[in-house]
Amino acid sequence: MLILGTGIAGLRSAIEVLKASNEKLSVGVISKVHLMRSHSVAPEGGAAAVLSENDSFEQHAYDTIKGSDFLADQDVVEEFVRRCPEEILQLEHWGCPWSRNEDGSIALRLFGAHEVPRTVFAEDRTGHFLMRTLYDTLLRYQNFERYDEFFAVSLVVEEGRFSGLLALKRKDTSPVFFKARAIILATGGLGRLWEFTTNAHTTTGDGFAMAFKAGIPLKDMEFIQWLPTCMVPHGIPATEALRGHGAILLNSEGERFMKRYAPEKMDLAARDIISRAIMQEIMEGRGWKSHGNMDSVLLDARPVGEEKLLTIYRTFVENARDFIGIDPLTELVPVRPAAHFSMGGIDVDISMKTEVMGVFAAGEVACASIDGANRLGSNSLPMCLVTGAIAGRSAVSYAIRKKESVNVSKKRILEEVDSIEKIIGKRGDFGVYSLIKRLQRTMEKNVHVFREEKGLLEALKTIRQLKEDYLNVGLSDSSRAFNVELIHLLELGFMLDVAEVIVTSALMRRESRGAHYRLDFPYRDDNKWLRHTIARCRNGGVEISYKPVRITKWKPEERRY
Amino acid sequence: MEVTLKILRFDPLKDKKPRFQEYVVEVYEYTRVLEALIWVRENLDPSLSFRYSCRMAQCGSCGMLIDEVPRLACKTLIKDLGRDEVTIKPLPKYRVIKDLVVEMDDFFEKHRSVKPYLIRKNREEQEKPKKFYVQLPHELQRYLNYGYCIVCGLCSSSCPNFDSSWEYLGPQALSQAYRYIVDSRDEGFEERYEVLNSNSGVWRCHFASECSENCPKGVEPAQAIQMLRRMILSFSFKKKLSLFSEKIHRLSKQ
Repeated sequence: MLILGTGIAGLRSAIEVLKASNEKLSVGVISKVHLMRSHSVAPEGGAAAVLSENDSFEQHAYDTIKGSDFLADQDVVEEFVRRCPEEILQLEHWGCPWSRNEDGSIALRLFGAHEVPRTVFAEDRTGHFLMRTLYDTLLRYQNFERYDEFFAVSLVVEEGRFSGLLALKRKDTSPVFFKARAIILATGGLGRLWEFTTNAHTTTGDGFAMAFKAGIPLKDMEFIQWLPTCMVPHGIPATEALRGHGAILLNSEGERFMKRYAPEKMDLAARDIISRAIMQEIMEGRGWKSHGNMDSVLLDARPVGEEKLLTIYRTFVENARDFIGIDPLTELVPVRPAAHFSMGGIDVDISMKTEVMGVFAAGEVACASIDGANRLGSNSLPMCLVTGAIAGRSAVSYAIRKKESVNVSKKRILEEVDSIEKIIGKRGDFGVYSLIKRLQRTMEKNVHVFREEKGLLEALKTIRQLKEDYLNVGLSDSSRAFNVELIHLLELGFMLDVAEVIVTSALMRRESRGAHYRLDFPYRDDNKWLRHTIARCRNGGVEISYKPVRITKWKPEERRY
Repeated sequence: MEVTLKILRFDPLKDKKPRFQEYVVEVYEYTRVLEALIWVRENLDPSLSFRYSCRMAQCGSCGMLIDEVPRLACKTLIKDLGRDEVTIKPLPKYRVIKDLVVEMDDFFEKHRSVKPYLIRKNREEQEKPKKFYVQLPHELQRYLNYGYCIVCGLCSSSCPNFDSSWEYLGPQALSQAYRYIVDSRDEGFEERYEVLNSNSGVWRCHFASECSENCPKGVEPAQAIQMLRRMILSFSFKKKLSLFSEKIHRLSKQ
């Protein structure tokens, strides 16, 4: 059994596989970075779960579905919210230091678009503590091998079944073929397709592209979340929890502009709404020129109060002071929306299995349709835990049933290895980094918070040109020892594939829903578009089809905050 | 302003010995060492290898020796170094894979050897929990700061007594043992006692305190090691005392 990716979803699923199989299955845990370096270490805010008496599964499900602009599959959401509390409890039993109330019970805080406080947190290092808890807990088990810094190149599928994974050992660039009965893809997000992102440099969408190339469809890829309040110029987030504790957004005229966009919830409206409001303010000339000559609005965190800022928001304060030289205790912090999270992903069912037997997916790279068109803040951490655990259990029951292995075509694998060998030290007309920049620029310009046909067509044209130029790219680093340039080149290949899917999906969806906002089609259209986009790889291109959204209890209604 | 980065380069598959290479970089007030390095690789020399990921001092990838001090490149502003020449070398105490990339496998194994996870006597209850353990805020505060560790390896690399391939477990591993031992939910002190009290354990620390000084997250491994020593001494004493009283008891019966 293989686990690819070692963020929260990957580590959670690795533990679940070992636990559920009583360590009878041996597990290979593979990461392109060191096992605990994934970007899941970054989230500050927290994890939503129904834990208080004033809360209910019903309410959490409704908030999530309303947040999704009714594109979530409601049966999946119901299952998801029921499983969140057990994950929070399990993590606590593994040592996660959830912040506590005076009586020693678990503390909760309020997040955007949730009706009640239901976010558990570990100061403002929730991601870090979840990662450490999971990594530490994994170390307790024996029957797994860790493959730190192995870069996955492709999924090998034979006769509709998973047969193995081709990867490069980064230390010496040697190719390795992992033969296994099943794999759980937990490779995380794709924020680096944009210039301004909250995501790590390593978050390049590899898993989406590998699955797509292997014939597995991607779902709802046009829905990308912009996190409203990210500090310029680096894109490091100022957590949404601050606004739950009183922080407000101001334009350059000192106006609390959210009152015009979401009169009731104001600064605690859903993320897509706030991101659009900020960009609108900037476009209409009420932005603030800040570091790196970037336009921003201003976050006033002073209402949160010094006591909280210096304890549960210490990371935010340190980041602002260290990285941009601004002290949030006394000064306003320049922020703007940054590419943050992919609502869409590898199409999986409620058991996290894909169309290809033996391939499962979990976490951000998977799309079980919990987030729909817009994810609520603090739903992603429990989603990574819940889907990781489910994928682990599903993969175990599959692997125990399917004992016989699939034949592997050696020829195909050797061909692929050969094509990589040829890249090392290859001369070409283009450098890797100029191509990455061109891609990021077109995505930032044309596939952002506001979209329209003209820009999307321009982006598609650029991406196709880049795909051609990619064939003629050269490498200056000919070393086999930790060749970073080679890895970036392979990542760029993935990024281009994923970008084409995103832009094609966005171009075809002629409505505005959640995070996908079309200036030329500014309204939601349930008659035509209450359906999921399915993108498949056909003859090297993207083929789009649709499938229905599953509605159980909640009829679509207008979304107001 | 222009700054010269003087970087120690080495490719063990090609070079006989390490050499310095210089790059001139334009920096502004808030340019961090990491951005300068990325700029060099993207614009001057794509063959320069170094690790980085989150660029927000949380993932622990970009540890390196900057002006002779182990630091995270993403957390080091060039202007704070106060010079127009910055020397960058790989973290000491680890074997170099290439340029600024070092081998950390042994370091991770050492961390693992102290059983850095929550140990409960009732494992079954731990794996099938029914309700939350109660933990009061002051109990949480006892270990929380040690939990900030991002496993970047700067502390161990700063330690005069540490070498990743030698015996001493080093400040990272030991501080993480302490993090769990003082967690009110943990019941694993006795399971960890042997390794902590062994030749590779807490007694190797000479209290140089460099580890605490260089930790980018404010964890204080040196303090954790001192506290562990006290706990181990008192535990050994109690153990000896109980053996002794047992012996007396037996003798008195004869």
